[in-house]
Amino acid sequence: MIEIDGLTKRYGDKTAVDGLSFVVEPGVVTGFLGPNGAGKSTTMRMIAGLDRPDSGTVRVNGKHYPQAPAPMAELGILLDARSVHPGLSARSNLLALARTAGIGRRRVDEVIELAGLAEVAGTRAGGFSLGMGQRLGVAAALLGQPQTVVLDEPVNGLDPDGVRWIRLLLKSLAAEGRTVLVSSHLMSEMAQTATQLVVLGRGKLITEASVQDFTAHAAGTGVLIRTPEPVRLGQLLAAPGITVINDGTDLLRVTGTTAAQIGAAAWRAHLPIYELTPTHASLEEAFMQDTQDSIEYHAGATR
Amino acid sequence: MSAITRPGLAPTSMVPVPVPVPVPAPAPAPMAPAPATVAGPVTQVRVVRAEWTKLLALRSTRWCGLTAVVLIVGLGAAIAGSGTAYHVSAGNTAAKGVSASLLGLLFAQLVIGVVGVLAFSGEYGTGMIRATLAVVPSRLPVLWAKVIALVGLVLPVTMLCAFADFFVATALVSTRGGSVLSLTDPGVLRTVVGSSLYLTVVVVIGLALGALLRKTAAGLSVFAAVFFVIPIVVGALPQNITGFAPYLPSNAGGALWGSPLGTAHALSPWAGFAVLCGYAVVLTAAAAWRLRRRDA
Repeated sequence: MIEIDGLTKRYGDKTAVDGLSFVVEPGVVTGFLGPNGAGKSTTMRMIAGLDRPDSGTVRVNGKHYPQAPAPMAELGILLDARSVHPGLSARSNLLALARTAGIGRRRVDEVIELAGLAEVAGTRAGGFSLGMGQRLGVAAALLGQPQTVVLDEPVNGLDPDGVRWIRLLLKSLAAEGRTVLVSSHLMSEMAQTATQLVVLGRGKLITEASVQDFTAHAAGTGVLIRTPEPVRLGQLLAAPGITVINDGTDLLRVTGTTAAQIGAAAWRAHLPIYELTPTHASLEEAFMQDTQDSIEYHAGATR
Repeated sequence: MSAITRPGLAPTSMVPVPVPVPVPAPAPAPMAPAPATVAGPVTQVRVVRAEWTKLLALRSTRWCGLTAVVLIVGLGAAIAGSGTAYHVSAGNTAAKGVSASLLGLLFAQLVIGVVGVLAFSGEYGTGMIRATLAVVPSRLPVLWAKVIALVGLVLPVTMLCAFADFFVATALVSTRGGSVLSLTDPGVLRTVVGSSLYLTVVVVIGLALGALLRKTAAGLSVFAAVFFVIPIVVGALPQNITGFAPYLPSNAGGALWGSPLGTAHALSPWAGFAVLCGYAVVLTAAAAWRLRRRDA
């Protein structure tokens, strides 16, 4: 479990994280979303005790992490920037970390196998591709079989096979009762992996919700109807709390009611319907709507 | 409707079979038990092992070590084997002769300094420091472990080099008709052992500089300036304005092994060494403070 309370971090006059509070529960995969510069990585660095908060507290499994007697049993972390020594082999990198907690070579070989690095274990990490570097970073995070796993953009640079591996890995870690916090800017990836979401914008909490609730509340969730009688059907459906949008074609977009109710109403009024489709906002759309005001760096017009 | 009977199975009896009453599953505990782990507590000994693993696996360590051996022993042999063979006389003590054969130390100390600086700046430069400090979040054990690992490597290696240099150089001097220098001559053992002690403290100073400055280029520049450039520049200046010269780290430490770059009013050997150790302690304390306080 990760408990974050009133966390604030400033770099000079820039506030990277601003009074952030949320809880990451064990047993589920929690997605950590936010546009670039929202403060995700800074928050993760504070969870690992690498950056000191200006105010507020972070507790990992109920403890102040820097004072944990067995840190590798508590937290495994993959940071976005590379954190391996290019002059050391994958195995030496892992072994050096393992030694601090008395973890033996057998476990090191185990995570090397798990991360699919067996063939390059003896090669200097400096020659690794981005994807292999990510695999090594994930292997390092898993080394101590930690109760809490924090991964910053783990699928970054991974091939489809690697993406699938991460997805299954995260789910199995959660199923073992571990706490899993994973950031990604790939919403579609989050939608397939995470069940809970923490959404940041400009260092502040925007939403803390389940993936289901998050997308359900977003506009774009509704029913799409194709009918030769759009005007009459629109008038029939109009009611408080229900919006009907007709762009002049034979398409109606209705929110605030269900496909079943629309179908029944149309049948009673003898209005033909050619198509009746419930639509859901993708996580991506919901995310864009929620964070629009807080995007730090808008893409400028291309010249 | 027809009953299906499988061969070999007795016809189903109509007597109601007692259905086992399902035992209610225990209510899930509010906090699930901690999942299995292989990780034990962090101890200073374990962190030393971790640092030792890194140090020995790095190619830079091996190259620097080899270079230092060649510089100390090779240059010593070259000096003892060329020019006029050393003769002990009123002004030229046996210890001075041994010091002269250790001239390679002036260059070896730069290589040793590189190993020290890199031990920290290399981790900051590559980003490994984040992985290191994430698994040892109390941080200071990492600094102590690096000190112990470096001392544990540099002290024995340079000690072997110093004695090898002594035996090779004295053998060459005596076979070429010079004086027979012995470890029991006054100051000779101190010079030989002192050269190794000097390099051992130098690696700690390099380490502290690397931890304080975090950048390899900055650490190496400051190190080379303090141990090589400044002493030479100061040595060329008039003595009335360079009263501080004996207290420069290289000159103070040089008093222990009779550095050929030594100043006119050098400190006594052990007082000089104490001053050098003082620098190492102050710099390491500053490095500890910075490591503890600053974001990684």
